[in-house]
Parts: sequence; C-alpha cells; structure tokens
Amino acid sequence: MTQPILRISGLRKQFSGVEVLKGIDLKVRVGETVAILGSSGSGKSTLLRCVNCLEVPSGGSIWLGDELMGYRQESGGAVRRLTESQIAVQRRKVGMVFQNFNLFPHWTVLQNIADGPRSILKLSKAEAIERSMTLLTRVGLADRAHAYPRQLSGGQQQRVAIARALALEPAVLLFDEPTSALDPENVGEVTDVMAALAASGATMLVVTHELGFARAAADRVVFMDGGVILEQGTPTEVFDNSQQARTREFMRKTLV
Amino acid sequence: MATLPSNQTDVELPVTHQPVDVARALSPRRPATWVLSVITVVVAVQLVHLFLTNPNFEWDVVAQYLNSETVLQGVVMTLFLTVTAMTIGLVLGGILAVCRLSDNALLRALASAYIWFFRGTPQLVQLIFWFNIGLLVPVLSIGIPFGPTFASIESNSLVTPLLAAIVGLGLHDAAYQAEIYRAGLISVDEGQLEAAKALGMKPVRVFFRIQLPQAMRFIVPPTFNSIIALVKGTSLVSVIGGAELLFSVKEIYSQTYQTVPLLIVASIWYLFITTVLNGVQFFIERHYGRGSSRNGSSSPVVRFLDRRAAERNLNRGMES
Repeated sequence: MTQPILRISGLRKQFSGVEVLKGIDLKVRVGETVAILGSSGSGKSTLLRCVNCLEVPSGGSIWLGDELMGYRQESGGAVRRLTESQIAVQRRKVGMVFQNFNLFPHWTVLQNIADGPRSILKLSKAEAIERSMTLLTRVGLADRAHAYPRQLSGGQQQRVAIARALALEPAVLLFDEPTSALDPENVGEVTDVMAALAASGATMLVVTHELGFARAAADRVVFMDGGVILEQGTPTEVFDNSQQARTREFMRKTLV
Repeated sequence: MATLPSNQTDVELPVTHQPVDVARALSPRRPATWVLSVITVVVAVQLVHLFLTNPNFEWDVVAQYLNSETVLQGVVMTLFLTVTAMTIGLVLGGILAVCRLSDNALLRALASAYIWFFRGTPQLVQLIFWFNIGLLVPVLSIGIPFGPTFASIESNSLVTPLLAAIVGLGLHDAAYQAEIYRAGLISVDEGQLEAAKALGMKPVRVFFRIQLPQAMRFIVPPTFNSIIALVKGTSLVSVIGGAELLFSVKEIYSQTYQTVPLLIVASIWYLFITTVLNGVQFFIERHYGRGSSRNGSSSPVVRFLDRRAAERNLNRGMES
C-alpha cells in the first residue's frame, strides 16, 4: 500500500450555525480514485472545497503530503491561518474542476491552459504552449486551441477545464460534480476523459451523481449523508452489498 | 376548457385553391409611421429655417469666434481640466473601490465615508469650498503632527483657481468612479474568482488578470457617461474664475453682448469633444467584448484578428 497523500481528520464545517460537515475522516492514497456519493445537502461539495481552502473549515485538519492546508504550525505549537497569498502557493498542488467549468471567458482555450504553467510554474512560452497542446490533444480538443470558451459545447468546455487543472501537474485532482451541468449526450465524453485519467494513475477525489462512472472508474466509493461518511468501500461493496439502509435507498432512487 | 382543433384529424381546414408562398409577402401597413415621418420632416425643416433665417443666431459671429485665440485657450483649459480630474478620478476611484470591497473593516469604513461625503454634497459647493480653503485653514504646513513644522505656505497663495478646480473636480469624480468600479467588480461571477484561486493565482493576479478584465465590460459604459459629464462639469469652474471654455466665451460676450452666438460657439466645442469621446468608447467596448458574443460563424478576418490579439495577450500576460 502506498502512503496516503491526502489525510482529512475530524473535519467540521458550519455555515451560520448549521453544521454541514460533522467530523469527516478520509485518507486518499497516491494514484487512488475516490468517488464521493450522496444526496444534495450531504456535504460532499463542501468537503471538496475545504480541501483546496475555498471554504475555511470550522475544525479538524487537512494534510496534503506534509503540508497542513490553509494553516501553519508555529514553534510554540500554536496553529496560525495562512494569508491568501500563502494559500495560493498550497493550492498549486491541488487541481479543481467545477460543475460550471468556470473557464475564463476573455481568454482563448490555449490561454486558459497555458497561463498557469507560464505564470506559476515559470515555464518558457514555448514550453507552456507545448504542454498545453499535449493536454488538449489528450482531451481531444487540439483543433480548438484558439477558440473562446463560449464557442464550445458544455462537454468541450469541461474537457478544457480538466486540461487546465492538469497543466499545473497537481498532486490531487478535485472534481465537483463535473457532469451535472452538461446535456446528457455530453456526459460520456467527460467521464471517458476522467476514466482515462484514473486509469493513468492520477489521484482523484470525485463528487458525482454518475453512478456508472463511480462503479467503473473508482477504486473506492464514499457515501455521505447528513455531513458524515456513512459508508465506504470498493464499488462492489457499496453498490452491491451495502450494509446501510440509507445507502441502498439512495442507490435505488438514483438508478431508477 | 376549449377543445383544440389542431389535435383532431377530421377538422375542416379552409380550402385554398392556389398554393401560397409568403416569400413575396408585403410589409404590414403602418399608418402611424407615415404620420410621424411627416411631422418629423416638417419640424426639421422649420428648425433649419429658424437656424438660417433668424438673425439672432448671428452665424457670422459664431464663425468669427469659433477659432479665436481666447476660445481655443478655453478649449485647451477645458481639456486639461477634464484629463487631470479624470486621471485623479480613475486612480483614486479605483483605490476607493478596492478599499470598499476589502476584508479590512477600517478600509471599508474610510472609503464609505469618503464616498458618502463627496457624492453627497454638490460639486459646485465643493469647488467654491476648495477655492476658499484659506478661510478654513489659513496656513498649510509640513511637519510632524502636533510637533515641529518644517515648511509652511499661505493657503491663498497656493490654491489658485486652477488647483481648486483640479482638486474639486477630481475628488468629486473619484467618489462616483469608485461606485462604477465596484458595480463592475461585483458583477463578475464568483465562480471565476474561485477558479482563479483554485489554480493557485495570488490575490493581486486574480484581481488584475481575471476580475478586472471581466468587470471592464460593465465599467466602460458608465465611465464614459461620467467622463462626458465631467467635460461639461468643468464649466462650473467658471464660477471660481478658471479660464475654461465657458469662462472664455463669457469674457467675450460680456464685452460684445453677443451672448447667443458665443454660447453656440461653446456648445459646438462641447459637442465636438463629447463626440470624439463617443468614438473612443466604441473601440474600448469592442476590445473588452472579447470572447463574450463571438460565435463560430464569425468571418475569417475577425477570427484572424482575434487570434493575433489572443497571441499578444498571451505574450503580455506571461511576462509577469
């Protein structure tokens, strides 16, 4: 077994008094793909957003490798919150793909992908463009490098967003319901890219409603309900032999 | 509920003996458009007739003074006041907007107080106030607060009409401009900022590369509104004796009593300046419209220009 790259312990999050995460413990190993399932309001997106500090946790801790995400341990043992600039440096090790793609509309596809390698990894312009074109080829969109995001279909935009997240070679990739905003006919092209990524050894944490993808591509499935992890295991364990009535009910309703 | 005949197969359709093709259909009759057109033409002809035949316009006097030295000096002063006050407004307004949106409560409060004061009092009052600042603070000095003074100067000798005008117009404009920036900045989708942060961009870069460029589409139109208002607002400076355009023509007609033709001279120049600004606005808006409404069917020339612009952008953005 390889070492866990991501260690989430006792993670709690409140929004104006409402507890959305009630103590989450989760470890993700290098190369592992973890699918997080659960009905809306179960806290799965909040969990994902805490990992790259888009939300400030109310308690617990998140370790990525040997870094405490969002905080620093001082010599006296105290823990101090990092500044936004310091958090930005930590976030470079975490890629994120959003439900609504969030490509930058004023930049072309190539600019969207190449900006990170160029400005953050300080690659030369030629290297940045070469890396971007390699990634675009990988997601099957090399011919759209000079298009603006609005000229692409939803599925194409999400594939560009995946390429953009990969361009910084992050240690962990987060997917926040990456197919929920897509037309049904475009879902497959995105899940295919994600499945190929999972097979190639990327470390991925995927919040999704695509049970087919979770079953086929995930190494582990986590089922969340009411701010806690109710059950986790291999896809076979969770989908076919769930020990929890709540999980079985969710599966029955979602699969129809 | 009424039955829907279209759902029935046995409904009787009106019988037409000739096939109908709507390709050569006539336009609908629009009698109101005709009436309005006639009225417009009549009024326009009347206006032109009035302009040409009414001797009070004194077009020969207009022509005589349009390029006169006094008027041109006034135009230059109006342009100078506009540019300096606009620069103060754009820069200070930007700082104020960033402060108002800051996480720091003190900065937010300071910016809000500034905007509350400078937006809440008339511009003319502010101009007269700055011109008479010597009544409030007779001596301006540089030194350690409540300590020794290094240099001092009498306010009245420092604050000329020109300085009072620049300060008065600029500080007032900044308050309005701050709100224009703020409206634009908060109109950018939160998801855009989250995506930029998730890529590891630092706050300054998120602001200048992602938030501001997208906000510009919402900032440019009201900013030109405000600049055009500023061009005309400079005429207030005539009250404190600043030799701008209105002051210059007033100087002439107070001696010649040719009030109407000289006000026409001023109006022609104001219209000329604002028309040029309209043109500038068009090009700036087109620039910031990039990627917003273009679709795949745009012409090869537009696509080529877009690509060139994108490459330039890539080069520029990647130097930092």
